[in-house]
Amino acid sequence: MDWELVRTSLWPIVRGAVLGTIPLTLASFALGLAIALVVALMRLSRVTVAAAVARAYVSVIRGTPLLVQLFVIFYGLPSVGLTISPWPSAIIAFSMNVGGYAAEVIRAAILSVPKGQWEAAHMVGMSRGLALRRIILPQAARVSVPPLSNTFISLVKDTSLASLILVTELFREAQQIAAPSGEFMVLYVEAAAVYWVICLFLSAGQSRLERRLDRYVAH
Amino acid sequence: MSHTEKSHTEPLLTVSGLRKSFGDREVLRSIDLEVRRGGVVALVGPSGSGKTTVLRCLNSLEVPDGGRITVGGALTVDFDGRTDKRALDALRDRSAMVFQHYNLFPHMTVLENVTEGPVQVRKRPRAEAVAEAERLLARVGLGERGDAYPHELSGGQQQRVGIVRALAMRPQVLLFDEPTSALDPELVGDVLSVIKELSDEGWTMVIVTHELAFAREVADEVVFMDQGVVVERGAPEVVLGSPTRERTRQFVRRLQQRF
Ligand SMILES: Nc1ncnc2c1ncn2[C@@H]1O[C@H](COP(=O)(O)OP(=O)(O)OP(=O)(O)O)[C@@H](O)[C@H]1O
Ligand SMILES: [Mg+2]
Repeated sequence: MDWELVRTSLWPIVRGAVLGTIPLTLASFALGLAIALVVALMRLSRVTVAAAVARAYVSVIRGTPLLVQLFVIFYGLPSVGLTISPWPSAIIAFSMNVGGYAAEVIRAAILSVPKGQWEAAHMVGMSRGLALRRIILPQAARVSVPPLSNTFISLVKDTSLASLILVTELFREAQQIAAPSGEFMVLYVEAAAVYWVICLFLSAGQSRLERRLDRYVAH
Repeated sequence: MSHTEKSHTEPLLTVSGLRKSFGDREVLRSIDLEVRRGGVVALVGPSGSGKTTVLRCLNSLEVPDGGRITVGGALTVDFDGRTDKRALDALRDRSAMVFQHYNLFPHMTVLENVTEGPVQVRKRPRAEAVAEAERLLARVGLGERGDAYPHELSGGQQQRVGIVRALAMRPQVLLFDEPTSALDPELVGDVLSVIKELSDEGWTMVIVTHELAFAREVADEVVFMDQGVVVERGAPEVVLGSPTRERTRQFVRRLQQRF
């Protein structure tokens, strides 16, 4: 095994993670959550059109491959006159995708809050909006943490697809070193190891977050 | 509003012809109710008779299909299938409910549970709301537990927080829905004595309860409901002691056998 290659390639790969994978994940996840919240509230709203639009959105996102979604935005849209550069394309595709999956998580979490909580909120005079913000969402957020953490960890790995639309991130750095050297095995295993380390940290963080949130929840 | 001497005898809360159906199931069929200022009405009756639904209508948690509710002479709400939201909100403001299963906000401390409505909804200064909450909590023996979370309290303590949360809304009428039925027997007494004290202080209350001894002690009037209608009403010792209707007699006998 070529340890010298491992040593010299590690820095570009880690740089790809720090400057590509991680910001791409964070931006897409934050935007994705915002989309998810809106879609979840639309699905739960009494406005049937809004609920139908939200249902269709979730269905399309979950029923089509992420890679295809990414290609439609980056390679497809230019042919209808809309050209978006790699980074924004990746963020749009990933956040829309997270939006579709997380919307279902958030919707289920909102529905899992007992009806009595809505009633107590109304009893103290809250409107639906205020009750949602002050009483329901904070409780739903606690329920959502484990599944949303899983979505987040999946997203870290899914961002490797962005290499296919020329975003310089972890996996693309690995590819670019692998191609001229021919050392595919070494570079790709190395890339996998870096993803794995990132996910190990995230899993540890997830457990700690869950333990902290647990303190306020009755069992 | 003019407060005159006769105010303690005039009805504070009047319900007339209240109707409510769920689908094609008629749950309330023309309920009439009158509670004078400072009065305590106990609603009793078998399971499914509509007691909770009456309370929920009074707190706008349910919208009646018909009838009228008047509170304090200043607010009259007619229900005709399309009562506007402002009227429902105004009605809700007049009363506060204590729930059977407490329904405290689990992610908030005791103090936050109590101040949430006053601060977020009524827009009262936080310091003032906190001071009042602490005073009320102290009164029900929870002065030291303001920083606890609901799940750290016993059921009896949680229900006393539920009562304080209702009081902090400064309602004209307090509504209790079987406030002790979810409690272990040894915790019932504390909650009932708090309610008794409130009635002695002159709070106007409607209490749904299966505690007939308590109803006798605290209520001025007992209203017996069955299948969505008021079957019998009157002084507690009459309705619970020597009821005139067969259905009331059966109900009272059955409850007494339980103990
Ligand atoms: N949201 C609802 N949808 C459909 N039916 C309902 C609803 N709420 C209550 N009901 C029905 O209305 C009837 C009266 O219910 P309610 O809760 O008022 O009775 P209750 O007298 O409080 O009974 P309990 O002593 O068991 O609490 C019951 O048959 C109940 O199943
Ligand atoms: Mg009931």
